[in-house]
Amino acid sequence: MITFIFFLRRIAFSFVTLIVASIVIFAIIQILPGDPAQLILGMNAQEDTLAALREQMGLNAPFYSRYFEWILGVMVGDFGTSYTYSVPVSELILERLWVSLPLAVMALSLSTLIAIPAGVIAASKHNKLPDVSIMGFTQLGIAIPNFWFAMLLVLVFAIKLQWMPAGGFAGWDVGIGAGILSLALPAIALALPQASILARIMRSALLDVLAEDYMRTARAKGLTERMTLWRHGVRNAFIPVLTILGLQFSFLIAGTIIIENIFYLPGLGRLIFQAIAQRDLIVLQGLVLLLVAAVIFINLLVDAAYAMVDPRIKRAYHE
Amino acid sequence: MKLSKFALRGATALAMLAMAVPALAANNSVTLGMVLEPTHLDPTAGAAAAIDEVVYANLYEGLTRIDSKGVVQPALAKSWTVSGDGLTYTFMLEDGVKFHDGTDFNAEDVVFSLNRARGEDSVNAQKALFKAIDTVVAVDASTVKITLSPSNGSMLFNLGWGDAGLVAPESADGNKADPVGTGPFKFVKWVKGDRIELAKSAAYWGDVVVLDKATFKIISDPAAAFAAMMAGDVDGFPNFPAPENLDQFRADPRFSVVVGSTEGETILSINNAKAPFNNVKVRQAISYAINRQSIIDGAMFGNGTPIGSHFAPHHPAYVDLTGAYAYNPEKARALLAEAGFPDGFDAEIKLPPPSYARRGGEIIAADLKKVGINLKIIPVEWGPWVKDVFTETNYDLTIVSHTEPQDIGIYAREKYYFNYKSDAFKGVMDKLNKTTDTDGRYKLLGEAQQILSDDAVNGFLFQLAKTGVWNAKLKGLWENSPVQANDLTGVSWSE
Repeated sequence: MITFIFFLRRIAFSFVTLIVASIVIFAIIQILPGDPAQLILGMNAQEDTLAALREQMGLNAPFYSRYFEWILGVMVGDFGTSYTYSVPVSELILERLWVSLPLAVMALSLSTLIAIPAGVIAASKHNKLPDVSIMGFTQLGIAIPNFWFAMLLVLVFAIKLQWMPAGGFAGWDVGIGAGILSLALPAIALALPQASILARIMRSALLDVLAEDYMRTARAKGLTERMTLWRHGVRNAFIPVLTILGLQFSFLIAGTIIIENIFYLPGLGRLIFQAIAQRDLIVLQGLVLLLVAAVIFINLLVDAAYAMVDPRIKRAYHE
Repeated sequence: MKLSKFALRGATALAMLAMAVPALAANNSVTLGMVLEPTHLDPTAGAAAAIDEVVYANLYEGLTRIDSKGVVQPALAKSWTVSGDGLTYTFMLEDGVKFHDGTDFNAEDVVFSLNRARGEDSVNAQKALFKAIDTVVAVDASTVKITLSPSNGSMLFNLGWGDAGLVAPESADGNKADPVGTGPFKFVKWVKGDRIELAKSAAYWGDVVVLDKATFKIISDPAAAFAAMMAGDVDGFPNFPAPENLDQFRADPRFSVVVGSTEGETILSINNAKAPFNNVKVRQAISYAINRQSIIDGAMFGNGTPIGSHFAPHHPAYVDLTGAYAYNPEKARALLAEAGFPDGFDAEIKLPPPSYARRGGEIIAADLKKVGINLKIIPVEWGPWVKDVFTETNYDLTIVSHTEPQDIGIYAREKYYFNYKSDAFKGVMDKLNKTTDTDGRYKLLGEAQQILSDDAVNGFLFQLAKTGVWNAKLKGLWENSPVQANDLTGVSWSE
């Protein structure tokens, strides 16, 4: 019951945040200089042609009526029609989500699979060879920019060995294997630096926990070293790790534009970039709103995970 | 041991899987890279060059077409006659032409298409092309009569633009997403942000093309374009985005590097209405102060041809005026002093995103500094550029490539961002519109080029090069681009 009220409050708060965000986004985008009609029709367009297109795109209405038309549409899932592509914005975003979301999930899974064991091993073998070598590797992983690592991957696996394409996205309709193959190199390039950060967080959080009194108590009650480590150590060290995971996932959904460019993947990051360059304002505002919603939702999930990992947090909200 | 064997087998399987794709794709299909994605696929409703680069001559056809040399050829009109006064054009249409959706093409479609393009609520980016058209009438199913008022000598050329493509009333509204034309290729699918696929149209009225399938792959990052070529993901880039990589391709026998010409006159545009640029001596001084070859070498890695007026060097009517303002800083300083600026002055240059502008702008700023003109460099995105520079003409100098074919007529416009006003030039353009014989037209075009050079309207820099890279076995791609197109009708593999 307490959990339920806790989440109801969080959801209501999130909704208000979204409304405020939508107003801010719409207002900022209105200030962007550049006439979308002129950008579509180019330098030779005549004045009457521009006026006809502006009318067609609904750009002549006052801004408040455009805002309400937009936000009421969004509430029923209608994000409007792209100025440049002339297809529904929701369709465009959905197409891109089918690239960006699997890529984010692949990168995050890969990074977690590497980072958690690496961090745990490093902490449990503190200052011994495994710890020193893992820390060395993570230092390297953080230092190497992911775009440079991406180009290295392309050079080795696509150009030299020709095992996989240098980029592009085959499409899920071609086959799940082809889709995963297209996303493999970008996912690795994204995962490496993130795994390095995550492993370091895991290690330091676990080292803190290992020094706690309850760890000694756990050992004293007769648990093996391994059981102590996983049941009492790792679980309690998870809070900072979850925070970082949440941040990393939010970043992965739309912040991967450089990696998307290197692998010419049709993801959300490139769609945002393109929408800005072409003044496809309706796509831009829909996308940004969706990303705000995604970040809010991920934070909600992270909060829920906190509460699951550490019941004290849930209680703290009510005291 | 066990593990390494497994890994080896996995890797082999993966490699075979990856290699199977290009092996299947070879021979009768081609994949070309392009930097910008078309915004949609209706050439009659947008200016983006990327639209024509996919659809021109492949998906849509017009009454006439422009070939690889920039010459007008028959397309859906197999022949035509022009009345003696140049006011009536009668077009005889090809028979048995069908749209990709199976409907018949006839004279009514021509009437519909041209009236749509020039109508009141038209959103055609080149509506001015059709300005001279007075009426379009279907005489019978395969004859169309177009009357002009006044006459326009470039009408046949105008009708060959992608923007004059012929469409059907039943499908025109859907062409942006699901293009229906009469061309030798038909649309298959568009994975937005990734690729556009076309396939051979077996029902084509003319010679059926060799290729079964053609894919345009969108790769905007120059480094990614290089990787895609090297990995064999694409068979070519008709416009390779990174001139600095061309030598690497030249050294590799797998590739052909073909540097041709485009319709892109790259110019240092000058706001002729704003002091001190309203003084012809100041503009002439700027023309003398620019070292064109160093801009071509520095900004374009040597790719590009110097120009002396707003005209493409590959056109038969071209007059070489590059000597009129050969690089001469001394003379530039003298002219500035005559104009009342012995110590030079300060000005701004707004640079849009393309590298020719951003890199070229820095070189020009250095050149002008030598004669006392101190430029403040302001990089701008296309949106603000269109608003500030192009629409509101709130600028001193800018650099842009004018890529529309044979667009010298822009200097006669009442309101254009150069703010250039010359009755002499307008007079020549009026005469040109009334002249239909080729020699007479070429002579007038020569005069027009001379006037622009004499007035030093803009700093005429260079003709943008078309830097193509493709598989050495691929034949039939255009060397030059007299129109923005990737005409695939003659493309085939040599094996």
